Amino acid sequence: MGTFEPGLALTASPRLRRRQRTDRIMRAGATTAAILAVAVLGVMIGSVVVHGASQLSLSFLVDNPAGGALVGVAGGGIANAIIGSALLVGVATAMALPMGVLIAIYLTEFATPRTARPIRLALDLLNGLPTIVTGIFVFGLLVASHGQSGIAASFALAVVILPLITRTTQEMLLLVPKDLRDASHALGVSRWRTIIGVVLPGALGGILTGVVLAVARAAGETAPLLLTCSIFSNRTTLNVFGAAIPNIPIDIFSYSESPFPAEHAKAWGAALVLIVLILVGNLTARAMLARQRRRIGGH
Amino acid sequence: MASDPLQAAASGAHAVPFAIEPKGSAPAAPTEVVFDLRDVNVYYGETMAVRGVSMQIHKNVITAMIGPSGCGKSTIVRTLNRMNDSIAGFRVTGAVDYHGQALYAGGVDPVEVRRRIGMVFQRPNPFAKSIFDNIAWAPRILGLKRDIDERVEKALRGAALWDEVKDRLKSSALKLSGGQQQRLCIARAIAIEPEVLLLDEPASALDPVATTLIEDLMQDLKQTYTIVIVTHNMQQAARVAERTAFFSLEVSEGERTGILVEYDDTATLFTRPADERTRDYVTGRFG
Ligand SMILES: Nc1ncnc2c1ncn2[C@@H]1O[C@H](COP(=O)(O)OP(=O)(O)OP(=O)(O)O)[C@@H](O)[C@H]1O
Ligand SMILES: [Mg+2]
Repeated sequence: MGTFEPGLALTASPRLRRRQRTDRIMRAGATTAAILAVAVLGVMIGSVVVHGASQLSLSFLVDNPAGGALVGVAGGGIANAIIGSALLVGVATAMALPMGVLIAIYLTEFATPRTARPIRLALDLLNGLPTIVTGIFVFGLLVASHGQSGIAASFALAVVILPLITRTTQEMLLLVPKDLRDASHALGVSRWRTIIGVVLPGALGGILTGVVLAVARAAGETAPLLLTCSIFSNRTTLNVFGAAIPNIPIDIFSYSESPFPAEHAKAWGAALVLIVLILVGNLTARAMLARQRRRIGGH
Repeated sequence: MASDPLQAAASGAHAVPFAIEPKGSAPAAPTEVVFDLRDVNVYYGETMAVRGVSMQIHKNVITAMIGPSGCGKSTIVRTLNRMNDSIAGFRVTGAVDYHGQALYAGGVDPVEVRRRIGMVFQRPNPFAKSIFDNIAWAPRILGLKRDIDERVEKALRGAALWDEVKDRLKSSALKLSGGQQQRLCIARAIAIEPEVLLLDEPASALDPVATTLIEDLMQDLKQTYTIVIVTHNMQQAARVAERTAFFSLEVSEGERTGILVEYDDTATLFTRPADERTRDYVTGRFG
């Protein structure tokens, strides 16, 4: 201490000026990168809207494709694919949700650090797994022997969203104050009853939000569907255990591969429908999540 | 009032910096022993938190535990209803008997233990449910479903909260004031009709009015329950408890371990303590 001369001017030394310059350059670079990310999203959504908006009409949403195959006729819609996607995603969620919630309960309420770590690692790896790999796995497991089916696609989607649901649920369970668990235990209520009666209700909003996020993710997932459920048809299929089910991502893929410009336009239209569904789902989920965090953490 | 032991004691050798008002009833003849602790040590992992505690807690008596922060008061009360079981590394040695049964014996179910030995915590912790459901939830689960409305009313009356909430039983418990929430927690605890109530600093988050309410309440509850209260407030111990245990910290080789220094009738402990350390503590002369 005390190595500064009291009379020294308080202006920046050349060294400090150099550091300040580096600082400014770094900051400008980082800001540009951040703006670029927003721009990419903006341009992408913009082009989908520009190309797809002309397709949007009530009939596009409520009619099945015109003509049985990709023959370039104008008109028709993607109603069967919207229903199919909803069905596939619904069944996938029905499979992944109970499983994910149970895993999260195990991780937060029962696991010791030693058992929790490998499970969490496995979930992270599963989350990072390329979905085409998941698709191939399910292809080998179900499709190679029984052919394409809705259930195979749903199973693949369930594998994709399982880590997502588990993670959000776990985060929400951790936010439920220990005080409340203590209060319940002190009343002579068993652990399971405490979880069902106190912990899960406290985390419910957050868990639902996680489900919405997972649904949005599953709705847009394409790679596993190419291997398990790639069909273009003008029929509405409701039997998940039967043959493949038409769905939005595969419709987009099929239309865009078609030689007819009329169908390229339909690909854009279907893309617009999908992106709007996903964006709306994502944004509401995030808003819900933020509110839930404040609410649970609050008291 | 020469017959009053408290007054007689107050004129003794040293002055306590606050008045000890005689309670309604002087310590009566010793009642049945509820808890019998013999040479109890409690460990958290490698560290010994409390050493060598031996004491008996009697039925329908309010027993206070006082002492400096970190001396193991909470540790000991939580040992009495096995609330510490969920803490990794928690271990207890010595004998903790409840009506002659070893609480930490092999076949003992901690859930059943807590069913009989209720607990109220320092911070009010109502569930995010309605006032009614806060109280009715546990009895329903425990199979006490009959006459649930009456049970709720009785518990709320028992906790001196009924008049304040009887018109809004369906509204959220989180909307109550801190003092009301704490009385709700007491009501919740007595709704399952335990034998013992453990109160770990139940009034430390409350204002003086709410504190007085809870202290008065304890005098009523004592008729039915055996009460153990941890408190930082010596006046409070003097006001409500017949028996008081003074815990302190013993430092040796850098390890801080809680010990039970003295355990006696409250009046005796505050006015004629046998131990130097107790005297220093109750007269406000610390370490
Ligand atoms: N969960 C825990 N894990 C490890 N050590 C703990 C745990 N709880 C308490 N301890 C330790 O045990 C000792 C006694 O703590 P305890 O909470 O029983 O003290 P206390 O007398 O209740 O203090 P206070 O008056 O501040 O509430 C302290 O040294 C504390 O650090
Ligand atoms: Mg404490």
